[in-house]
Amino acid sequence: MSVAVPLVEHFARGLDAPICLTWELTYACNLACRHCLSSSGRRDPAELSTAEAKAVIDELERMQVFYVNIGGGEPTIRPDFWELVDYATAHHVGVKFSTNGVRITPEVASRLAASGRGSGGVPRSGYVDVQISLDGATADVNDAVRGEGSFAMAVRAMENLAAAGFRGFKLSVVCTRHNIPQLDAFNAIAERYGAQLRLTRLRPSGRGADVWDELHPTAAQQRDLYDWLLDHGENVLTGDSFFHLAGYGKALPGLNLCGAGRVVCLIDPVGDVYACPFAIHDAFRAGNVRDAGGFRGVWRESSLFQTLRGPQAGGACAACSAYDSCRGGCMAAKFFTGLPLDGPDPECVKGYGQLRLAAVEPGSAPKPSLDHSRAAAVPVTLQRRRPDRACAENPLALVVR
Amino acid sequence: MRPEPFGALLYHFGTRRLSFLKDRRLLSVVEALADAPSARAACAGAGVGPSELQAYERALARLAETDMLRERAR
Repeated sequence: MSVAVPLVEHFARGLDAPICLTWELTYACNLACRHCLSSSGRRDPAELSTAEAKAVIDELERMQVFYVNIGGGEPTIRPDFWELVDYATAHHVGVKFSTNGVRITPEVASRLAASGRGSGGVPRSGYVDVQISLDGATADVNDAVRGEGSFAMAVRAMENLAAAGFRGFKLSVVCTRHNIPQLDAFNAIAERYGAQLRLTRLRPSGRGADVWDELHPTAAQQRDLYDWLLDHGENVLTGDSFFHLAGYGKALPGLNLCGAGRVVCLIDPVGDVYACPFAIHDAFRAGNVRDAGGFRGVWRESSLFQTLRGPQAGGACAACSAYDSCRGGCMAAKFFTGLPLDGPDPECVKGYGQLRLAAVEPGSAPKPSLDHSRAAAVPVTLQRRRPDRACAENPLALVVR
Repeated sequence: MRPEPFGALLYHFGTRRLSFLKDRRLLSVVEALADAPSARAACAGAGVGPSELQAYERALARLAETDMLRERAR
């Protein structure tokens, strides 16, 4: 059973359908996180209707997409949220949804806990998993980014889930300059509630571009994070967040590859399909689920996705010894900081990104194509919100050959 | 189980683990298991030769260990 081509190369060339995808159901949000990658706040009048959303689920079922990461905005404030969750699980599409916890009451938590238990202990086909967003292990660190009261709200949701017996939900953290010293504390919180920690990378996407300079980890912190992940990585989910850190030497657990348009993508609330959740910009828009060919047509035929699945030019990075491991880093991070896509990541572990950033003319970086932030400028310490999630579980958990 | 050009992707909704079959023939074997009289017969039916049997046995055992394969009800 020898295989000439490494699995990761198959992934780089794209799959017949995504392994999972992110689906943001609404741009509406009760919070207004400073680093929100989708600049959420207000609902978009063109958001998919219930019937349209169900048609997308039908298509995902036909394509055998195993699960979707539902986010927003705050997805649970969509009036048909639970209807769509039930519809997806009934159609063999698993759901993992990200929430700030606003609707995770004791009643909802009980319902969610019951949904994961099939009869006779047999796991049901189609399931619901929950991801609670928290960006500080303490209220001060968290609320400075996510808004006053958001720490307490998330903790309440975790208490409710734990009390209802929901085991193994996810505690989802975007790594910032202020919370990287709290990694052990996050792990302790996860343990306290029987949850699993999930770490993702801060991207300069959406409102994240406005706070990038202030919040992205320092070079020393990146190294701390890398070392921490080497020690704890097997039990911590990272999706494809940190493959740029592989440039330090050892590959981290998780997907060491940019999955954009290859194994993951984003469907936004109005049905636009983007290469990844961090790239809400026309340059990365592959099509719309309302197009004649539907989602399948976009996934299989969009010229953008075809290009992403083709050979990538290393550009300035090609000569670097780390290129084979980091592959030049995150496309979205480069794009929204004004760096060329075939050059180093702004957080390149070799420091090349920093050098390049110094040469970017202030204000010249592309702006997100959409902004649903609430019009009234809210002081930065108030209600903020941010969703996250690329692909979720460690996708390389088990390779059978 | 979702066939892919390189083999197949398997997803377990209970453990939420993703597994990969890196071989189309292994996919054929797994697909044949439910109706074949034995795993050996499923392998033979998919064209697995005697010299390769051990490798396929290991792969199937790994899938059984991780609950991706279950003994059928008798």
